[in-house]
Amino acid sequence: MSISDTTFKYSGTVGMQHEEPVLFEHAHEAPESINLPGVDGDISPELSAFARKTPASIPGLSEPEAVRHFVRLSQWNHGIETGFYPLGSCTMKYNPRVNEQVVRLPGLAHIHPDQPEETTQGVLELMYELQGWLGEISGLPYVTLQPAAGAHGELVGLMMIRAALDARGQQHRRKVLVPDSAHGTNPASATLCGMHTVELKSGADGRIDLEELKRHLDDETAALMMTNPNTAGAFESDIKEICRLVHEAGALVYGDGANLNALVGVARPGDMGIDCLHINVHKTFSTPHGGGGPGGGPVAVNEALAPYLPVPRIEKHGDTYSLVHSCETSVGPVLGAPGQIGVLLRASAYIAAFGRQHLHRIAEDAVLNANYVLNRLKGRYHVPFDGLCKHECLLTDEWQEKHGVKTIDIAKRLIDLGFHPMTVYFPLIVHGAMLIEPTETESRETLDAFCDAMIDIADACEAGDTAMLHDAPLKPFRRRLDETQAARKPVLVWPK
Amino acid sequence: MTIPAGLKYTKEHEWVRIDGDTATFGITDHAQEALGDIVFVELPEVGRVLTAGEAYAVVESVKAVSDVYAPVGGEVIEVNDLLDGEPENVNSDAYGAGWIARVKITADDSVELMSDDEYNTFLEE
Repeated sequence: MSISDTTFKYSGTVGMQHEEPVLFEHAHEAPESINLPGVDGDISPELSAFARKTPASIPGLSEPEAVRHFVRLSQWNHGIETGFYPLGSCTMKYNPRVNEQVVRLPGLAHIHPDQPEETTQGVLELMYELQGWLGEISGLPYVTLQPAAGAHGELVGLMMIRAALDARGQQHRRKVLVPDSAHGTNPASATLCGMHTVELKSGADGRIDLEELKRHLDDETAALMMTNPNTAGAFESDIKEICRLVHEAGALVYGDGANLNALVGVARPGDMGIDCLHINVHKTFSTPHGGGGPGGGPVAVNEALAPYLPVPRIEKHGDTYSLVHSCETSVGPVLGAPGQIGVLLRASAYIAAFGRQHLHRIAEDAVLNANYVLNRLKGRYHVPFDGLCKHECLLTDEWQEKHGVKTIDIAKRLIDLGFHPMTVYFPLIVHGAMLIEPTETESRETLDAFCDAMIDIADACEAGDTAMLHDAPLKPFRRRLDETQAARKPVLVWPK
Repeated sequence: MTIPAGLKYTKEHEWVRIDGDTATFGITDHAQEALGDIVFVELPEVGRVLTAGEAYAVVESVKAVSDVYAPVGGEVIEVNDLLDGEPENVNSDAYGAGWIARVKITADDSVELMSDDEYNTFLEE
């Protein structure tokens, strides 16, 4: 099959595309002609101070014009439902349609967090059950569902670690060790939690260097924040020794669960010695990137950290579930509601679809798919670290750079060929990094089409077609954007 | 890529020009090339006292955000305000208009520094 055939098979980037003015430029009718619900009578005196002095600026459009505007804009986009989306470290797996049926059940969709508990027993039961499942999957049995996304989970986990250290009278332990391969959220969360970070240089194999770790562990260390497998897609094979060293120094191990997809149902962070882990349910258990909406970052901890879990907590007494708001040792509430229920329910549906017996297939298929891509591409792209990868594989532009083609050009050309680019220039420890995470939900045919596209780009590069690669993408309505100017001189407001 | 003689270099790809008790800091041509287009430079406060190896500035490019470390210790006496609005000077003139900060050297405090030849060899390794 030639590359042009596969292009049109999977592309969501070509078709009827037109310049799309902003709604105000579209407007042709007076705003008064829009049929908005009217206000009866005068504004009440208490509110009169807030009455508008000038009419609201509302573009005058008919309903079909407004609908078409937003639908057309959505077609400029690429989502998991238009094509393959191998964004490394983001676990962009397909969100099964059955999840959407579950969350739209009236008993789940039409409830409010402040309803009387006797009317929300069903959803509390589902949340209690999900806590148990996440505890079992992570090997850390005590779980809060509250954090609104992964980075929020990191902050909440560190708040618990800090509270535990304070309870031991160790207010001086405020240093957090973070490997240089870490997700950028890790040092940010530590700083937000009132701690300071020290960067650990990775070893030559991209893993944590035990000697480097030992050099930095001391009686001011609060925690090591680590991701396993790490952002180079490699399993931290010294994990047990790492956790032993950190614990011996009186500190705790925080696990960034962003890469849990490599382990689900096969290995458990709690068994490795990790004390506290956030779980990106919006990645590992479908709804990637929260489906464009909210995420969910439940945190699972061991017994020693359990007293510090946020409130409210869901408790079960007999057959009755209740939200318990008081606990002296708790770090307190961390969200206005007990959790992002829509994302949590989709996670429950995804886990239930596999069941305890088959959950391991998530990790096995994700790792198999990543290694398949790695093995098809390793002769054409430089692989910085040898060996098998876990759920994502890491390549670089080292061989293409000799022809003047860089990672950014390869990524942009993939858009022409119908694929969302991989994660680029991350992890930072590798020059010109390309991080590819296929997830378990892709077929071999899709992986082959993607690998064919990558090989096509490598061919074009070697054939000297570099001008085309520098101009890519050629097909989308918006061509290569000027990212530098967008960052240096952003235009954030539509000028009237 | 250029590596001027007369400057000293660090393994973290910073340069330092020492004139008596004054030292001027910046990042190397190699560093700006690897980072790509610089979009923001966070400058230190004048008067801040730095120890050698301390992160004193932050350079943000379209690809990444990186700390910049002080090659020698001292008190910040001047910063390159030009970079506040025109960070692209780090890309176009890393050793000139792209300088970041100037310090008064107050003690014998330095990270391991290399000559231009040594830095060139270091880059080739």
